[in-house]
Amino acid sequence: MKKLNVYMLAMSMITTGLSGMSLADDDDEDRYMRPWGVNARPGVAPVDNPLYRNECGSCHMAYLPGLLPAHSWERLMAGLENHFGENAELPRGEWNAILAYLLNNAAGRGNYQVSNKLVRGLRGTPLRISELPYFVHEHREIPARLVRGNPKVGSFSNCDACHTGANRGSYNEHQVNIPGYGRYDD
Amino acid sequence: MAIKVNRRMMSAIFLVGISCGLIVTAQASAVQELLAEYGKEGAGKYNAVNGENLWKRVQVDAKTGQKRSCVTCHTNDLRKPGKHARTGKLIKPMAPSVNADRLTDKKKIEKWFHRNCKWTLGRICTPQEKADILAYLANQ
Ligand code: HEC
Ligand code: HEC
Ligand code: HEC
Repeated sequence: MKKLNVYMLAMSMITTGLSGMSLADDDDEDRYMRPWGVNARPGVAPVDNPLYRNECGSCHMAYLPGLLPAHSWERLMAGLENHFGENAELPRGEWNAILAYLLNNAAGRGNYQVSNKLVRGLRGTPLRISELPYFVHEHREIPARLVRGNPKVGSFSNCDACHTGANRGSYNEHQVNIPGYGRYDD
Repeated sequence: MAIKVNRRMMSAIFLVGISCGLIVTAQASAVQELLAEYGKEGAGKYNAVNGENLWKRVQVDAKTGQKRSCVTCHTNDLRKPGKHARTGKLIKPMAPSVNADRLTDKKKIEKWFHRNCKWTLGRICTPQEKADILAYLANQ
């Protein structure tokens, strides 16, 4: 367990380091060195933008941009005054900056395994991560009493209620802990 | 050795003192500036008691039939953490006396007044209402 943590820490340091590098150069290098889909990095890239983390992380966890494709983020950002029944409007300047961040880091922009899987063969423009086919497929066996019927979870939108590595971009089944149920290794 | 530690402690106390001062000033200036702006937009003298009443007043949402108030997410005790009614995410305490980050940023205050008044009351708050609530919150 300890070993795993050290490994995770090292991984996240490496990914943070990489994402800090100039985007254009990094991308070209990346594409050359890692054939798409074959040598993709594990998980999803973590959030590295403080404005986004503040503005889009006040009502729920700041969803990692790599969890939705660019056209979904575009649609979501166009309707913030009625955002799943909430008002999440932003001043113009912040709106622009956040949209740019989301589009630059959406699934399919970087080479990450989970991001790639989430958008593979996707049709339409879903607004929810929890409606993506791969998401639905991976969660189909979890009974409703552990989600909606579970006051500590409430809905599938609360990734970080079950995925202990959600904010680091780590969604594998070894880092799942459903409140009131426990570890979920099958 | 003893003197060295003492000096260190002194400077630590000094630094803590300065930063507390700065935080209090940041809060006071954001609140004071907003109160002045609300005044220019037509608010009369602010009244913290009216602010408290409005904060706790229960309103029935026209669409859902839900009972809503500012307390719904921020709880009855402003010194305790609140909980977002929809998502369950923890909201840090509202009272500046226990959370020094509160009410320090004019843009942030205005943004959440806009959102939360719409959600809770179904309309934006008037400058008078915002001044009253701000006066109530700033003293907590
Ligand atoms: C005022 C509160 C609030 C703010 C601010 C907010 N959201 Fe949300 N968001 C919600 C609620 C409520 C839901 C629905 C949660 C549910 O159904 O359980 C939601 C859902 C979502 C979902 C869908 C999650 C899923 O089920 O897959 C995404 C994506 C999302 N928000 C992105 C954002 C982004 C990007 C921002 C910043 C521009 C943002 N949110 C700001 C309240 C907010
Ligand atoms: C109720 C708890 C719960 C919630 C909430 C939840 N998940 Fe999961 N998730 C699981 C479990 C359990 C698995 C493992 C399923 C299996 O292996 O059979 C899983 C699997 C996954 C996988 C597949 C793992 C992989 O390596 O590809 C992804 C991706 C994922 N979840 C993302 C999310 C995202 C994103 C959210 C929020 C929008 C979320 N989950 C919310 C419990 C949850
Ligand atoms: C649906 C949940 C919800 C309700 C109801 C709600 N708020 Fe909030 N409020 C939030 C969230 C989320 C934040 C931002 C998170 C944070 O600052 O910790 C916030 C922040 C604020 C802030 C900003 C504080 C600061 O430090 O700048 C003010 C002011 C505020 N709310 C006023 C109100 C008022 C007035 C009402 C009632 C009319 C109200 N809220 C009702 C969720 C809510």
